[in-house]
Amino acid sequence: MTITDRTITAPEETLALPAGPTIAHRPLGVFTRPQGSEGWTSWLFTVDHKRIGIMYGAAALFFFLVGGAEALFIRLQLATPNGSVIGAGTYNGVFTMHGVTMVFLVIMPMAAAFANYLLPLQVGARDVAFPRLNAFSFWCFLAGGLLLTSSVLIGGWFQNAPDGGWFAYAPNTGLLFSPSKGIDFYAVGLQILGVASLVSAINLIVTVLNMRTKGMSFFRMPVLTWMLLITQFLLLFALPVITVALFLLMFDRLWDANFFNVEAGADPLLWQHLFWIFGHPEVYILILPAFGIVSEIIPTFARKPLFGYHFMVASGIAIGFMGWGVWAHHMFTSGVGPLSVAAFSVSTMFIAVPTGVKILNWLATMYRGRLRFTTPMLYAVGVVSMFTIGGLSGVTHSIAPSDTQQTDTYYIVAHFHYVIFGGALLGLFGGFYFWWPKAFGYKLSEAWGKASFWVMLIGFNFTFGPMHILGLQGMSRRIATYRGDEGFAFWNMVATIGAFVIAVGVAMFFWNVYVSTRNWRRAGRPDVGPDPWDARGLEWMTASPVPEHNFDEDIQVDRLDHFWHRKYGVDENHRVVRAAPTSEVAHDGSNTNVHLPSPSYWPIVLGGGILLVGYGIIYNLWLAAAGLVFLVASIYGWILEPADDPDAAGHHDDHDDGDDHGDPDSNGGPSGNGESASAEEPESESAETEEEAATIG
Amino acid sequence: MADTMTSETTAAEAATHAEGHHTSTGISNEKLAMWVFLGSECLLFGGLISTYMFNKGRIGPDDVGPDDVFDIPFTSVSSFVLLMSSLTMVFAVSSIARGDLRGNRIWLATTAALGATFVAGQVYEFTAFYSEGLGFTTNLFGSAFYALTGFHGAHVTIGIIMLMSLYVMSVRGNLGPERAETVEIIGLYWHFVDIVWIVIFTIVYLFPQ
Amino acid sequence: MATVTPDSPDTAHAADEHAHPSNWLYVKVAIYLALLTAFEVFTYFETVHGWGDTAIIIMLVIMMLLKFFLVVAFFMHLKFDSPIFWRLFVFGLILAMAVYMVMLTAFRFW
Repeated sequence: MTITDRTITAPEETLALPAGPTIAHRPLGVFTRPQGSEGWTSWLFTVDHKRIGIMYGAAALFFFLVGGAEALFIRLQLATPNGSVIGAGTYNGVFTMHGVTMVFLVIMPMAAAFANYLLPLQVGARDVAFPRLNAFSFWCFLAGGLLLTSSVLIGGWFQNAPDGGWFAYAPNTGLLFSPSKGIDFYAVGLQILGVASLVSAINLIVTVLNMRTKGMSFFRMPVLTWMLLITQFLLLFALPVITVALFLLMFDRLWDANFFNVEAGADPLLWQHLFWIFGHPEVYILILPAFGIVSEIIPTFARKPLFGYHFMVASGIAIGFMGWGVWAHHMFTSGVGPLSVAAFSVSTMFIAVPTGVKILNWLATMYRGRLRFTTPMLYAVGVVSMFTIGGLSGVTHSIAPSDTQQTDTYYIVAHFHYVIFGGALLGLFGGFYFWWPKAFGYKLSEAWGKASFWVMLIGFNFTFGPMHILGLQGMSRRIATYRGDEGFAFWNMVATIGAFVIAVGVAMFFWNVYVSTRNWRRAGRPDVGPDPWDARGLEWMTASPVPEHNFDEDIQVDRLDHFWHRKYGVDENHRVVRAAPTSEVAHDGSNTNVHLPSPSYWPIVLGGGILLVGYGIIYNLWLAAAGLVFLVASIYGWILEPADDPDAAGHHDDHDDGDDHGDPDSNGGPSGNGESASAEEPESESAETEEEAATIG
Repeated sequence: MADTMTSETTAAEAATHAEGHHTSTGISNEKLAMWVFLGSECLLFGGLISTYMFNKGRIGPDDVGPDDVFDIPFTSVSSFVLLMSSLTMVFAVSSIARGDLRGNRIWLATTAALGATFVAGQVYEFTAFYSEGLGFTTNLFGSAFYALTGFHGAHVTIGIIMLMSLYVMSVRGNLGPERAETVEIIGLYWHFVDIVWIVIFTIVYLFPQ
Repeated sequence: MATVTPDSPDTAHAADEHAHPSNWLYVKVAIYLALLTAFEVFTYFETVHGWGDTAIIIMLVIMMLLKFFLVVAFFMHLKFDSPIFWRLFVFGLILAMAVYMVMLTAFRFW
């Protein structure tokens, strides 16, 4: 019968390349798609979520070195009283760029690296929903990052660097007080990064909602997937707020608008509100991915399921919601009034509850587990302990009278480094060690990894621990020097030494990468196997490194921790026993007959156009106009690009079995649904922001 | 092979496509992406509208204010034009869903033309306000007003460009009924721009100053 | 939905057809929108006759919300479409209103 016929052949059809003649339609001749997946050019034009993830990670590590160098300059300047390593003006640029770099160019893209690499794998998808947009997100991010970082060099060393702190309080960042180009770089750079993050957030949200494999219901998704999804929602809703603020600031600086002109009657608190409405969700954008990573690592090495999965997810969602209602605790001393202070004080105390739930659940997961203290596990435990310290000092800020004492002191600096370094960054580094074998096919050295962890942890505590004391002694943030008779000298020296210890720890990480890679190559590139840690998520169910097509066949998920339950069962005494060897359960990546989205020139071209518009807005509007024309042309190039693969989404080619409507004139080839409609998206997102920037002037 | 299939097999296939294979929710990726994006846009325009509300009164007694420049009859007409462009957009979507490609082109062009009329009205309005002494840099009201309505105008302009692109695609025969959803998605954007104007028109122009 | 199987209009679209309202319904909605707009503009000129500002603002807000709802529910199909869209959009909308109203409250704006 035809029915059975179809049922049997269906899987092959899903995976097989099209047998029929491919309609390679080239409307204008120049619009071809790049081919091949080898060589460095293939990285430039790739739309593979895994390669994009790796590029995000590499770029983030590069910027991490830049931001780290800036941190060392800060600590050198403050090592002794009356420091004279760098001048006060340069110091402003250095600490501002340190903050901006670490937040926007290190932690966020590192999280994006994990999101890109792991989200599709963890939900069992072939790729993200819009592969080309995904590539565009990365290049747009890189354009924004390079633009921001170039401010350090353009026109002299830190002459044009942003100098108003990462929060850039207006009107202090107006032309009057900040006449260099620095804040323009800040405003334009963050806009570009915002476009990148927004596009990426939309893409990943659609991926999680729409691309889950069979049986992967929401409450079967790993906690990391959940935390990343919540992060994307926070980005989605928080970025427009800072976009508004940055536009207002840009209009003020470039075209003499009055939004922060106090002489014209403006209220400087407007910036603070808008910034922190974005800024506090941003804090959770930084930390939630690390929470997700820790929630993957701890169950694996405790060899127990995560304690209270539903509570974990719910507390993540609760943090996502409550993160919107606490922003004014950054402004307790700005004169928002007693009612606001009281209300935001209470909401801030409450947000500690879901965070505490997470900490307790991690502890309960480890409790009576058979712990294996591998490097990733060390980092995860490091997060749990260090973040708890940072969280507790955070609760002290919710008490307004206490916060009034601590505002703008090093106590605050200590607090947010404990949560962002001790929480987010340690978690992300743990993630590097944990998923390194998945991405590259070999483990990083455990010996170097552990050594590097301990050096980093000790250095970290020596750097930021003393800052609690300095802050309570009254040392202000953002000061370039302090006098010898103020009693700050000793702990500042300790902190500086600690910072260099951290640098040694980071250097050991890079050395580890080098040594491990070298040893693996010398040993003839042995296969680490799909599941080196005996882990739980779907990503471990395919070969390492992950083949381009991810999974050999679609996975039917029947419960949470599907992969684990395929490997392990329970015997009659309720003891966990091995049910099947990993090699039987996991795919070996041998299926090469999967069609995948073709690479594309346009994402990187579009990124270049955005860079042009960015510099144009800062230096010359004619350049911006030219960049805009280039950008619009690129968008049309993107739309008109032929889909010479039958379905760019890499899924089922639903036109194979119904060619009767096939319109030979279609630019997008036979796949009308795959990319052609999505191609409209950048027009409504990227072009919009840029076009607005130019037209309103 | 398609010839031998019974209508039942086609139905079964359609079902698998809709649920199993295509997407987890049965909704297309593109449409979902547009709605997600519109959710985000709410925060953008919310911020601009609040900024306007907050700043419009922060002007000196002799400054040019809303009452000095607003021409309500004129703006009412252009608002009405934009509102009606939503209706023609809906017709464009329903005509392509029916397979009426000619009707689709007509309605797309009409929508774009109405949108262009609105933008032209806005340009005229800006020029008139400017000649009455309200520039972008004049005072807080001016900055906030031009920023908000300018952002909206830029959105309308992008919408017009997208509609015209659809029109050209249709003329070249690339916009068949199988792409009805593309038109629908652009339509969603267009309607969103319209509802933003509904809010702006009420809050900026009609609220007692 | 509509994109998935354009080649089998008799089946997949059968469910769609009755979900999509007729053009007449759209025209009716447009008439309501036009009437509401007319009322809105009318209140502006009535201000002269000395209604209280607060009363006018409340009326205007109600009419604005009605118009908003009509466009979203009918023209944007939210009334007939997947509830996921509804949740996403309304979430953004309510969040925007909440945070910005709190912000204005903190400014003692009202």
